[in-house]
Amino acid sequence: MALLEVENLQTHFRTPEGVNRAVEGVSFHVEEGETLAIVGESGCGKSVTSMSLMRLIPPSAGRIAGSIRFDGRDLLGLPEREMRSIRGNDISMIFQEPLTSLNPVLTIGYQIGETLRLHQGLSAAEARAKAIEMLTLVGISEPARRIACYPHELSGGMRQRVMIAIALACNPRLLIADEPTTALDVTIQAQILDLMRDLKQRVGAAIVLITHDLGVVAEMAERVMVMYAGRKVEEAPVAQLFKTPRHPYTRGLLGAIPRLGSSLTGRQERLAEIPGQVPSLKNRITGCVFAGRCSQADEICRTIAPGLETKAPGHFAACHQALREEAPS
Amino acid sequence: MTQFPSPDRTMANLAVAEALPDILPPIRRRGPVRTFIARHPTLVLGAGLLLLLVLTAVLAPWLGTLDPGALAPARRLRPPSGNNWFGTDQLGRDIYSRVIYGTRASLMVGFGVSLLSSLVGLAIGLVSGFVRWSDGLIMRAMDGLMSIPPVLLAIALMTLSRGSMGNVILAITIAEIPRVSRLIRGVVLSLRDQPYVDAAIACGTRTPMIIFRHILPNTLAPMTVQATYICASAMILEAILSFVGAGTPPSIPSWGNIMAEGRALWQVKPYIVFFPALFLSTTVLAVNLLGDGLRDALDPRMVKGV
Amino acid sequence: MLIYLLKRLLTTVPVMLLVGLFVFSLLFVVPGDPAAMIAGDQASIADIARIRASLGLDRPFPVQFWNWLWRLAHGDLGQSIFSDQPVTMLIGQRVGPTLSLMGMTMLVSVGLAVPMGVIAAWKAGSLIDRFLMALAVLGFSLPVFVVGYMLAYVFALNLDWLPVQGYVPMDDGLWPWLSRLILPSASLGCVYVALIARITRATMLEVLTQDYVRTARAKGLGSASILMIHALKNASVPIVTVIGLGIALLIGGTVVTESVFAIPGLGRLTIDAILHRDYPVIQGVVLLCSGTYVLINLLIDLCYNLLDPRIRY
Repeated sequence: MALLEVENLQTHFRTPEGVNRAVEGVSFHVEEGETLAIVGESGCGKSVTSMSLMRLIPPSAGRIAGSIRFDGRDLLGLPEREMRSIRGNDISMIFQEPLTSLNPVLTIGYQIGETLRLHQGLSAAEARAKAIEMLTLVGISEPARRIACYPHELSGGMRQRVMIAIALACNPRLLIADEPTTALDVTIQAQILDLMRDLKQRVGAAIVLITHDLGVVAEMAERVMVMYAGRKVEEAPVAQLFKTPRHPYTRGLLGAIPRLGSSLTGRQERLAEIPGQVPSLKNRITGCVFAGRCSQADEICRTIAPGLETKAPGHFAACHQALREEAPS
Repeated sequence: MTQFPSPDRTMANLAVAEALPDILPPIRRRGPVRTFIARHPTLVLGAGLLLLLVLTAVLAPWLGTLDPGALAPARRLRPPSGNNWFGTDQLGRDIYSRVIYGTRASLMVGFGVSLLSSLVGLAIGLVSGFVRWSDGLIMRAMDGLMSIPPVLLAIALMTLSRGSMGNVILAITIAEIPRVSRLIRGVVLSLRDQPYVDAAIACGTRTPMIIFRHILPNTLAPMTVQATYICASAMILEAILSFVGAGTPPSIPSWGNIMAEGRALWQVKPYIVFFPALFLSTTVLAVNLLGDGLRDALDPRMVKGV
Repeated sequence: MLIYLLKRLLTTVPVMLLVGLFVFSLLFVVPGDPAAMIAGDQASIADIARIRASLGLDRPFPVQFWNWLWRLAHGDLGQSIFSDQPVTMLIGQRVGPTLSLMGMTMLVSVGLAVPMGVIAAWKAGSLIDRFLMALAVLGFSLPVFVVGYMLAYVFALNLDWLPVQGYVPMDDGLWPWLSRLILPSASLGCVYVALIARITRATMLEVLTQDYVRTARAKGLGSASILMIHALKNASVPIVTVIGLGIALLIGGTVVTESVFAIPGLGRLTIDAILHRDYPVIQGVVLLCSGTYVLINLLIDLCYNLLDPRIRY
């Protein structure tokens, strides 16, 4: 049994203009200790998926349906109190913008210790000692002095290290990292990614890595899931996805990566871009969600929504046109 | 290993996505009028009530009223009845008529003060925002004026001048001007740093033109909202001034005056105070609701609430 | 910090000078003869001349203002025209009740309004939020004396739970003192509660959309700690600011409340002074109240850095 099994996840929001189907029928699983990357453009439902896993969508805003089984327990069926004891303890999160994600008026020591006191019942002194230990672990120098600092007194990279320290304080089994490096400088990005890889080996937590940066995917993930317009359109082991992307959307995404040195070769390659824009999720979409932007779309694509099918071992895509690997005869 | 484009696809070998049910009830869409009412209930309610009160003030002579100043010593202190709906006061005057006519005084003060203080405040705010050397001076003066509680400022002004409607409006206006000036100055300063205003200045557009084209249209929304709140607070201030004897002269029926006259008798004849109080509260409520509604409607980014 | 404190104290000096100049120059700016205005319609020419002399209106303005400031610096606010007693003494006699009333009102109002605003923001859009905000608009719209009469009529006259009017100093017993302050404080506090509850709700609503609140929820914290520790502390600067600014409303309301409940405080003093057009007394009250107001807001300014570590002096 996998650590996390998500089946037919739907997250819909109420808006004055109608129901926004932000996530529609997404299924995936994460094995113990594995790293799964979820990629897609902004607004494709990646972040909503991660918020749904933690049940952080307020009931007044929308509803989550389907099933999320974590370690065999259905999270969507749990009472709020039990869900709270899982958040920050068994499953924890790292967010994109470390400056705004840390509380500006509380010391970082308090913010790290808070989870420990809550979930592990540590005393204030024990929580402080553990907070110092966590700061050392994430590579912050002079931790005993730094725990009295406020977030605005730290640099961007240090803040993200603090976020990681908070997330890992209770030894979670699953870490959800929502664009953990997007807001950082390029050099800091590399450091944070190194830190995450290093800590993952030490702590052994599984990671759901949400990103739009395919470079980060290549470096960190074992499996990749591509989302578009609230749906999962493709899933494959990372090497295979980069080598033979099946879904036209994935091919578009890969084509949109600027390649180093392309201007030196003389060929003025244009950075590929996918024409058109993501369809509005406020109306029901008939047919394939990508049909409007797809160069290969035909009448069938526009009328019948493609389901995920196995295109190769471990490689799924939801496309009527995608090539299928012939079964060895 | 060969790959082939999907052969002639039939319905049978297509992978079809499972159709999922809706998990939220569909959201009803209403017509534009009903949508507006549903989104801005306070605006509609406040505007409706205020319209009713304006009509009351205009139509006062035709609403079954008597002469609000007519004395009838024989009919002193009558409780509400079929003849005198709200009763009579210690001089035998019909309270219903006085309250209905009192609408005029309250609305006049409210509208007068909000109009005057907006105009003067706009002028001061513009000067302060555009003439750099004057800014510090003007704003310190406004700080000084603002640190005197409005009620006391108006009382001080009224002790030194003859009680008349005009003076009441003036006194309250002076107390309200700093708030408008600061608001306008804030808007001007934030707009002056906008690239398109910089561009206009760089192109040699003259200051009056910049003010008319770029600044004034942007001050309109916050100023309207502010003027509404000033209207409400001016009405309360007028009533307070009249109540403590520093307001409109007793010859003019205003809600504050009627209550001041009923003050000594409120334990035995509570109705004298009750009816003007009811009208005053309703009017101020209407104006405040209008203000809240306008603020939400004019600036959807602002958080609902304050 | 100490230097900043001194600097800030110094900046209040021009503001207070301006207030003084304004209050003083009113006598000269107001159209007509203020002495005749103050003396009233039945006054003789000698009366008017006497008042003019006692106000110093017979001498040039700068000289007068300087003399007035000089005496003010020595704690002399002049003499009452009506009773001929020093204004400082008159004010001194009346400060107690007003301080009790204001202190009690502030304490209870803040204690009530902040939780109201927090709950409304937490349950935003719900029935309880709408109810609380409707209460707030109502509290904002009901003039002080209307609430005062309503409360006195119901709780004192009809139910007879509390005394109708009057004031007893604290030395005569805690309950007699307290019982006579409950209704006045409740009526005076209405506007103040409404104001603070509305700003609390609005600020909290904004804070609750911030990323760090999402982080707090992702940590598994319950609503109580999120609201009270993570959100309220971030919302505190605007709330505290409005608490300070709202004191202007309280001061104005005191004048009326004391009249409704027959409390012998500064408000009564003001109203009696209005009756006799006793300008020196009004001047004194205005100066005192403005000074207090400016000082309290200065103190609140200085508290900002206790509430928000990002603000440093």
